[in-house]
Amino acid sequence: MKKQLSVFLNLLVVSAAIALVGCGARAPKEAAIKIGVIVELTGDMPAVGASSRHAAELAVAAVNHAGGVTVAGKRYRIDLVLEDNAAKPDQSAAVANKLITQDEVIAIVGPNASLGAIPAAEIAEANHTLLITPWSTNPKTTMNTASGAPKRYVFRACFTDPFEGRVLAGFITGQLKARRAAVLYDVASEAPKSQAELFRQTFEKLGGSVVAFETYTTGDRDFSAQLTKIQSANPDVIFLPAYYNDVGLIAQQARRQGLNQTLIGSDAWSSPELVKLAQGSVEGAYFANHYAADIATPTAREFIAAYQQKYGKTPDDVAALTYDAMGLLFQALKTAVAPEREAVRNGMAAITGYPGVTGDIRFAPGSGDPVKSAVIMQVKSGQFAWVTNAVP
Amino acid sequence: MTQPGIYWLQQILNALQLGSIYALIALGYSMVYGILTMINFAHGDVFMVGAFLCFLAATVLKLPFVLTLLLTMSAAAGLGVLIERLAYKPLRHAPRVSAIITALGVGLFLENLTLAFYPYPQHVPPLLHNVTWRLGGVAFSSLQLIVISLSLTLMLVLDYVVRRTSVGVAMRAISWDKTFVPLMGVPVNLIISITFAIGAGLAGAAGTMYSLAYPVIDPYMGIMVGWKAFIAAVVGGIGTIRGAVIGAFILGGVEIMVVALLPSTYRDLVVFSLLLTLIVIRPHGILGAPRVQKV
Repeated sequence: MKKQLSVFLNLLVVSAAIALVGCGARAPKEAAIKIGVIVELTGDMPAVGASSRHAAELAVAAVNHAGGVTVAGKRYRIDLVLEDNAAKPDQSAAVANKLITQDEVIAIVGPNASLGAIPAAEIAEANHTLLITPWSTNPKTTMNTASGAPKRYVFRACFTDPFEGRVLAGFITGQLKARRAAVLYDVASEAPKSQAELFRQTFEKLGGSVVAFETYTTGDRDFSAQLTKIQSANPDVIFLPAYYNDVGLIAQQARRQGLNQTLIGSDAWSSPELVKLAQGSVEGAYFANHYAADIATPTAREFIAAYQQKYGKTPDDVAALTYDAMGLLFQALKTAVAPEREAVRNGMAAITGYPGVTGDIRFAPGSGDPVKSAVIMQVKSGQFAWVTNAVP
Repeated sequence: MTQPGIYWLQQILNALQLGSIYALIALGYSMVYGILTMINFAHGDVFMVGAFLCFLAATVLKLPFVLTLLLTMSAAAGLGVLIERLAYKPLRHAPRVSAIITALGVGLFLENLTLAFYPYPQHVPPLLHNVTWRLGGVAFSSLQLIVISLSLTLMLVLDYVVRRTSVGVAMRAISWDKTFVPLMGVPVNLIISITFAIGAGLAGAAGTMYSLAYPVIDPYMGIMVGWKAFIAAVVGGIGTIRGAVIGAFILGGVEIMVVALLPSTYRDLVVFSLLLTLIVIRPHGILGAPRVQKV
């Protein structure tokens, strides 16, 4: 009995020693930093979520392949925790909470559409966790609506609606020489609503008149009544700041009712699914975008080639912005004093010039909104073609 | 500004198109309620499946419009009978709640099954070439006219079946009294299946018309449309066929007119308030009659 016990104890000590030694040798490779990603994989705009997810995975694969990220002298592998918000505000808040409290991610990238980004940003701000949204343009995302002051922990990789409204209004009055615009937008979605209202303000300031300002609700299919009203107001152009799934229905119904005016869109049009759903009804339409694949800079061309090789299609603006958002986050991690949420946030705020796929990105002190230029695109023969740039 | 008369004529056409589609779906709800006193909550999703079948017929099989319509209607009718046999028949003598839950479950099943195949919204290729005529300032879309006339034709055919054929007499008899009618030699189960088949077939037709008019489809499109059609059936008098049609056109008309007169933001608020008021004034619906429960 005594002999068996001593043999057993010896075995225990020896195996523990092996395990400890083994642990020590493996530790650097196991150390990982978790980044949460919230994207719209199901719901109204799955193409947006898919693009974003691909770009995020591409960025992480590239960084891990190059040896990971070095934070405060230690190397870390980046792990993505991917969550779906189904393009719904309540689900966005729920998964943001889960990522922060259960998965303990160091930062969150996404959601893309403002309707999800705004609630997720609220959760992130309340939990002192960095959140960077690639695509949300509604100013409310980075703003504390109660005080009007910018949020501390929320950043974005793209320009905002006020700028986009100015760009489009300027393009319509300046280049298209049109004075009468009709607007049809989704009153239940944050980005289209703010874009419509800001567009109206800017367009009227530039001397144009908004002859019809019609609304619908998310999920509506029949726009015949609103389009008939628009038709009777006789506009020169029709502004449709809608997501790609709605544009298809609205544009087709408009053409069918005999409305042949030029259509103008927002950056929400930029999905490759747009022409698939809208077919010929959007031919010749113009819209604002974050980048144009056909006038890419060398940085952009590298990204476009890598994306095309891995996924077989040209990346859209959501993909490009997500890639930049991940890049910004890696930069923030590199300059952070420790792999902790507060340090990463400070690292992000200190970025003074990041050469992104979508252009040079810098955050002014105290603001989570970068100053960037926009591009105007046109749908020509079913493809997106660059028309002009618009600098702030 | 176009002349008021022309503007209103255009809006009336819009209302008729919308009402026609609601009517085809509302008929299914009414017929099933009339014969089984059960609300088939999966009906809106049968409509959605109809739209996807139309999509498949148009893209994979590349069938012309008439064949697509017939195929979609038959397949939807088959689906309706299948649902009835598998999900509702076993529960015919169970508490009402069980049947309702089952119906909701079937609906969810259909939605998620379709979602598994088609997570992205799909575009249905145009089955008919659209011609837009301008007559005195009004723009007539040929598709709109086809949807309206086809729906009215189907409704007239249904009316004929219900009032002049023996199947129709049997359907009405069963909805009147389920205890003694079988004793008269009426094959109740067969008639119930036929009712489901007709209702689902009409929903399938609605799915095809809908794809013509609104060519972007997704697995959740049946939810809102289904609820609105159900409300239309109740407002018109659930259980009655004429009531379903009247309710649907009232709903379609009010929806369009509200948007025509007020900012479109108020549409659903006004529509549902009006419908609530109608129900309060006439709880059994416009054409519905109170059911006398003889002990």
